[in-house]
Formats: sequence, structure tokens, C-alpha cells
Amino acid sequence: MSATLVAEAPEQTGTLADRLPGGILGTTSDDTEKAYLVAADSIMDTLTYLRDTEGYDFLSNLTCVDYQGYNGKQRKGISERFDVVYHLYSTKKGGGPVVLHVPVPSNDTVPSATAVFPGANLQEREVYDLYGIKFEGHPNLRRILLWDGFNGHPMRKDWKEAYFDEDTKPFRSRHPKGSYEFHEDKLPWGKNTTYPAGWDPDSWEAPVAYVPVSQAPKHLNEAHLDTESIVVNLGPHHPSTHGVFRMLTRIEGETILALEPEMGYLHRNHEKIGERNTYLMNMPFTDRLDYLNSMSNNWGYALAVEKLTGIEVPERAEYIRVIMAEFTRIVNHTWSIGFILNDLGALQTPALYAIEEREMILDLFEEVSGARLMCNYFRFGGVVRDLPAGWLKKAQYLANDRLPRALDELDKMLSENEILMARGRGVGYLPAEALISLSVSGPMIRAAGVAYDIRKAEPYGVYDRFDFDIPTLPNSDIYDRYYIRLLEARQSVRILQQALRDIPGGETNGAPAYASATLSQGFGTIMGGKGGYNLRPPEGEAYGRVEGPKGELGFYISSDGKPNPWRYHVRSPCYINLNALGPMSVGYKLADAVVILGAIDIVLGEVDR
Amino acid sequence: MFGTGLLKGLGVTLKHTLETFSDDRSKVPDRYRDSIELGNNRRIINQPIDQEGLLTIQYPEEKRQLPEHFRYIPMLIWDTDKNEDRCTACGICAKVCPPQCIWIVRDSDANGKPVTRPAEFYIDAAVCMSCSFCVEFCPFDAIKMNHDYELAVFDRYPQLVYDMEELTVPLEYYAALWPTQYGEEQEKRRKDEEEKKAQEEAKARAAEAKAAAAAAAPAASSGEGKLSKAEELKRKAQERAAAKAAANSDTDSGTSVAAASSGDADADAKKARMEELKRIAQERARQRKAEAGE
Ligand code: SF4
Ligand code: SF4
Repeated sequence: MSATLVAEAPEQTGTLADRLPGGILGTTSDDTEKAYLVAADSIMDTLTYLRDTEGYDFLSNLTCVDYQGYNGKQRKGISERFDVVYHLYSTKKGGGPVVLHVPVPSNDTVPSATAVFPGANLQEREVYDLYGIKFEGHPNLRRILLWDGFNGHPMRKDWKEAYFDEDTKPFRSRHPKGSYEFHEDKLPWGKNTTYPAGWDPDSWEAPVAYVPVSQAPKHLNEAHLDTESIVVNLGPHHPSTHGVFRMLTRIEGETILALEPEMGYLHRNHEKIGERNTYLMNMPFTDRLDYLNSMSNNWGYALAVEKLTGIEVPERAEYIRVIMAEFTRIVNHTWSIGFILNDLGALQTPALYAIEEREMILDLFEEVSGARLMCNYFRFGGVVRDLPAGWLKKAQYLANDRLPRALDELDKMLSENEILMARGRGVGYLPAEALISLSVSGPMIRAAGVAYDIRKAEPYGVYDRFDFDIPTLPNSDIYDRYYIRLLEARQSVRILQQALRDIPGGETNGAPAYASATLSQGFGTIMGGKGGYNLRPPEGEAYGRVEGPKGELGFYISSDGKPNPWRYHVRSPCYINLNALGPMSVGYKLADAVVILGAIDIVLGEVDR
Repeated sequence: MFGTGLLKGLGVTLKHTLETFSDDRSKVPDRYRDSIELGNNRRIINQPIDQEGLLTIQYPEEKRQLPEHFRYIPMLIWDTDKNEDRCTACGICAKVCPPQCIWIVRDSDANGKPVTRPAEFYIDAAVCMSCSFCVEFCPFDAIKMNHDYELAVFDRYPQLVYDMEELTVPLEYYAALWPTQYGEEQEKRRKDEEEKKAQEEAKARAAEAKAAAAAAAPAASSGEGKLSKAEELKRKAQERAAAKAAANSDTDSGTSVAAASSGDADADAKKARMEELKRIAQERARQRKAEAGE
């Protein structure tokens, strides 16, 4: 469907610049992805135009870059310190993005995109939190990942964290005169931490104004009894919140009037770490985002860097990547099915049956990568090593025999279950248009009838070679969100069967199987110079995205030609899908909210980053 | 009919129950099919991929068989053939390490000239993310991933900061853990050596033709100090490997107790060393603070 559209996209851009209302200030270099520079006061018109006239209805990514101290060609003649960056896609046409940059001087404001794309809500709050950019007209602009009393905005280039060693790795203190330093000696209450001026811990109160929970009507008008609504706090330590996550709800009886997610308990500023790491060092860190799906995370990141540097991937490695990604999808979906059932009160039995095959798949991962969860298996231009002997046989047995059987059994056990139907049908409904405008992606929108899957809409790797469908279901309720995952897992099995059959080289190590390997196996051919760990992509930026099991997983990377990325941003599907949690839960019972959250399928490692 | 879906689902559960029951009653339950018996209820279990039912491994009596590529914490290789550390203190592993948890002090000779061997080598195992980059990028095959995952200790300092002694293992230990990769590497080494020899011969011929008096090979005699230290390291590594092997393979509690007690003595010595390091670090921190204060 999309092969032609993908080719069309660049042609369109030339004229798009003229068509944009308010015009553009310029474009960034055309080496990599072209971005349009748009003035802050015309951004709303531009977004509206792109959505309504050009069909770019999906605000995928919204983030910010701090260019303080940037020495590249890209910023010649631009004095503003920050750029707010937008990536828009079309769910109808597929194909590549329209990238907008809005230059902002520090302490200035930008109009909030939430009026056009309500899905900008969480992302703008994140930018405000980490960069201090204010969005005018945002309904609820307050910190989201950090606590409200935090001093400073940590993603700014001039912000130094506790334990500060150096701006970039590798740190000089490690070699050749390595000196072990105890982190205790650098504790944050030394010179490393600053507090807001006049901060007094005893008198200080969090400037919390929970919106919409605080603004929800206090009484249900239709009720003829004089009842009072109350605020109930679920979490952060609650088994049904899938990790340290908090749901603030205002309820009337058992009915939810408003719900707001609170997060950040697991925040470790993955992106700041990413900016100080070298490109390669980020790979194992991506494992720790969505720790169920390290293989997909690896791929998303590898894709972005390969796009930036123009590295080619050998064919066998492409097949291996597909195999790993689809196994991961099955792991994730069966896991997610099990835990939706758990949240419905079917404690453990369905979950344990569902994740039985996961053990087998993780065994396979371990055999090839050395770890079950933190695989760290992908490299720029390939994968770490070829498949060990006998691996394909086992994988084929799983894909051809065991997994179809297991999925059938799961289907038989659950799909017609009357309790699941009663609890799932019609609960958590949100129409497809609302989901798209909330930037929700992945199984969530496919369960609402939108056949949008990046593997088809903008194929990466070798996905265009496989014969598979994008299953959709019409009802956009919990039951469909459960069932779509089963259907998708079946499609993954289909892809696996083809990939395992067609993989070039077959069981033997077909040369060239991989681009990178240990030195003794001829490493260093593709990652370029100095043993490859010193990769220096050319100046520019790239956005690589994959269809992760949970939705669109994107990596936005901006390079100034140095060995460390200038900007490293993760477009986390878990985090952005949470935009829909509030709207989806209103009007249902408190017990339903637990399952609605479960059916979004989040992993807090990725939500909080 | 209402309820059929439920009954169907219960049928699946019942089937599982019966299967598990009959499997448990059989002489060799499915999960022990490919396992290695160590006696005394202890086994290494190799989960068959076609095994039905839920898998429970009775850790610590039972353990999983680990695949060759399993990675946990790095170890340094002591080349038993050449009787030296393979590590040349080139520092590449410390540079690529993502959480920067490797510290290397390069050794120097009597004149203060740096030499290609580490004087000290630390890995903070509490920080190490088991990514295996150090192994991937070491040009000398001097650092490899250990399979030993039972690292629990009571204190992080100093127990989890591994020094060179704790990290060093003899080559044979590595060869036993990573047979395939070891084989490949040896093959590669052999080839390289042959190539080098061929090149050297060619060079020698060229040199002869020139009849130039090329200087004799640089005297690489190592000082007494190094030798004795090397000997010491090697002995300790072998002891530890032996203790590990003993603890892994037999049930004689005597040896493991002995190993544990000698481990304690080691830990004490190390603690003293770490205390000293810590003192120095604190000193430095104080100095820094004083400097910054003025
Ligand atoms: S272990 Fe390898 S990479 Fe690290 S310093 Fe030694 S020789 Fe260099
Ligand atoms: S395994 Fe990774 S984290 Fe651990 S020491 Fe090696 S490079 Fe560092």
C-alpha cells in the first residue's frame, strides 16, 4: 500500500514549504531529514493546516533541543537557544514525517499544540519539566517526571547532575591512572545540589493543582441522593498499577468522574545519560526502557543511528532482526494478555499459561545474545553475532508447532469466556479519531479499527518481503484490546515462519552474516574507524521509529559530528498512550480503570525513562 | 448457551492439571529429561524446548544449564601458556564501558615509564550492566564474561568492587566456559601467528640483504617484583578456580568451608586495601571542597 507513497513524500516537501500558512523561516540542512523552521506565532496555523488539509493527523513526537554551546553549521544565523521539534505523520497515507522546528529563546513561551492535537499534553509537560519551556494555553502545565520542588531543568546543557564527573564519556579518571572513587564521597548533599532560592523544606508545599481531578464536578447532577464525590488515590505501590504508578481519581459512588495519571517514580533521566554516552554506549541502555522488549528497543535505536550515518545492514542480519522483533512481540502480547486477565481478577492461572512459551523464547534470546531480558543484541549495521548452531531448528519448532498451538489454547481458554465478555465489552470505549488525536499508537488504535502499522505504513528492515495482515477490530473496548493482541501474535507467528524459512544462509553462517562482531571475527569493518566504538555520525538529525509491541517506538537523534549525541530522545509509546487513560476511564467504574490501564499495556521503565 | 465459554476454558485448565499430574507420577518427570544429575538432589537442568507444562527449577539445588554466550560479570584472563596477564592496560575496555565502572592503573617500570600491563584493575560489579562491550572491544582477548552469577554479599564495599585478583582466572577456566568461542579464537591466533612468522621471515630476509645491523630485540626481561606478583596472582586465580569447581561439582562440604574461610582472609586483606583507597579518595574530596570553598 505504501511503497509508492514513501517515494512520493520527498517530492511533496518542496511545494509543502510554499503551501504552509505563515510560511517558514528556513529549512535545516538537507543531508538527513529535512526540517522546516517555523516561527512560534504561526505554529498553530501550520499544525491546523497540516492536520486538516494535508492529512498529517498524527502528532507522533514533540520534544525540544537545547543548542547552547552548539558549534555546528546547522545553527548558523539562528540565535535562539531552544528548538521545539514536532514530528507529524499521516495515519491514512503512511510514509515519512513532516518535521517542524520552532526556535525559542530561553524563558519564552510557545503556543500549546494541545488545542489542535490533544496528544501533545504529556509531551509538552515533559518538555516543560526538563527544559523549562512554557506552553501557552496548556490545560495542566506542571512538572510530570520530576517532583514539583526540583530546582532547574535537567535536560538543559548547563545543568549538572549530582555525581557529576565530566560532560561526556569516556571519563578521563578511569585510565591510565584509574582512581576508584566512592560515590558516597560525591553525595548530592555535598556541593552537587542546589535548591531553589528561599527553599525551606518545612514550610514548603507542593504547588499541586490537579487538573482535571480538582476541577471535576463535585456532585453528579442527575443523582437524586445527596452524595459527595471523593478523591481516591491508586498507587504508587499498588499491584494493579503495573509498577510504581499513581492514578488519581475522583469518584462518585464507584463511577469515575475524572482520572489523572501521575508518574516519574522510576525517572532516571535516560536522555541525559544518553547525551553523555557515546552512540554505542546507548545500546544497552535502551534495553532498560521497556524491559520486556529489549530487542525492539535495540532496533529502534539502531535504525535511527543507521539512518543518520547511512550504514547498510547485511541481509542475513535483517532477517535475524525481524525474527527477534517478532519473537519479542509474541512475548509482549502473551504477557499483556495474561496481565489483562490478572487485572480482571483471574489471578495467575491465565497469566502463567500465557507466559509459558515466553520462557522458551527467552531461552532462545539468551542463547544468541547472552541475556534473557537485557539482550543488547543489535549493533549499528547488524547484530552482535550470528545464530549459534541448532538455534534455527529450535526457533522453527517454536514458530511452526508450539506457538500456534499455545495461541490456540489461549484463544480457547479465554476468548469466549462470559466473564471476560461481561467485563470487557463496551468498557473503556474511545472512538478512533479521539485516539489518533491523542497520539495513541499500536494495538490500541488497531483495536479501534485503524489499520495503522509502521511495518506497512513506512516499512523498515525487510518487512516489505513478508506476507502478513494488519488485524483490526471495530469496538475499541477492553475485550477488543485483549483480542487484538492475540490476533497480532498470530500474525507474528506467520512472519516468523516465513523469515525462518527464507533466511539467507540458512542454518550455516552465511557470509557476510553480520557487520559487527568481536575483533577476532573481523570486527570494525562497518562501524568505521578506531574500532567502531568511536562512531561519529555526520552533523544532522534523524528520527527512527519501529512498530514496537506497545506502539510507535521512536528515537530522535541529533548529531553535531562528535562521538556523543547532541540530543537523544525516546518517543515512548507507553508514556504517550497514557494520554488516553483519563478520557477512556471517565464514566466507568473504579474497578474498570484498573483493567483499562492494564489494556493500555505499559511498562514503567519506559514511561518514566 | 451461556457458560459454554467458561466450561471450555475450564477444560483447558483441567487438561493442564491432568498432564502435570501424570508427568509428576512418571519415573523421570519431563523436566528432568535432559538434566545432569549431581547427586543429593542437585541437578543442572537443561529445559527441553518441547517440554509441556510449567517449569519450576528448585533453585539452589537445581540450576539451569547456561548457554555459552551467557554474560554476567567480566573476568580477566591469565594466559597459562605464556604465564602472564593477557591484559596490556590499553584502556579500551574502560573507554567503551557504558556506566564507566572499570578503573585501570597502568603499571610503570623503575624509571616511571609506562609498561603494557595493569598495576591495578577494578570493576564495580554493582554498577556493571553486563553489556559485554569490554569483551567485544578488547583487542587482546584479555577480558571475558564469567558465568558465575551467585555474587550476593553483605556489603557493597569492598566486596562488590572486584580487584585484579578477584577478576583474574586462568585461561583453562575460560576455555571450559566458552568452548566454541575459545576454539575460534585459538584458530585465529594460530593463523595470525603463522602470518606474522611469514612476515617476519620476509622482513628478516630483507634485512639480511641490507646487511644492516638491526638492533637486537628489546630486552623484555621482567623485574623480580613483577614475576613474584604474577606468580602470586596466578596461584590465587588457580586456587579460586579450583574452589569454584569443587563447590560446583561435588557435595563435600569440607572443601567449600575451607574455600569460604580462605575467602574471608582474602576479603580482609582486600578490605584493608579498599579502606586505604577510600581514605585517599576522601582526602581528595576534602581537598576539592577546600579548593572550591576559597
Ligand atoms: S582488558 Fe583488554 S581492553 Fe581492557 S585494558 Fe586490558 S587489554 Fe585493554
Ligand atoms: S560488561 Fe559492560 S558494564 Fe560491565 S564492565 Fe564490561 S563494559 Fe562495563
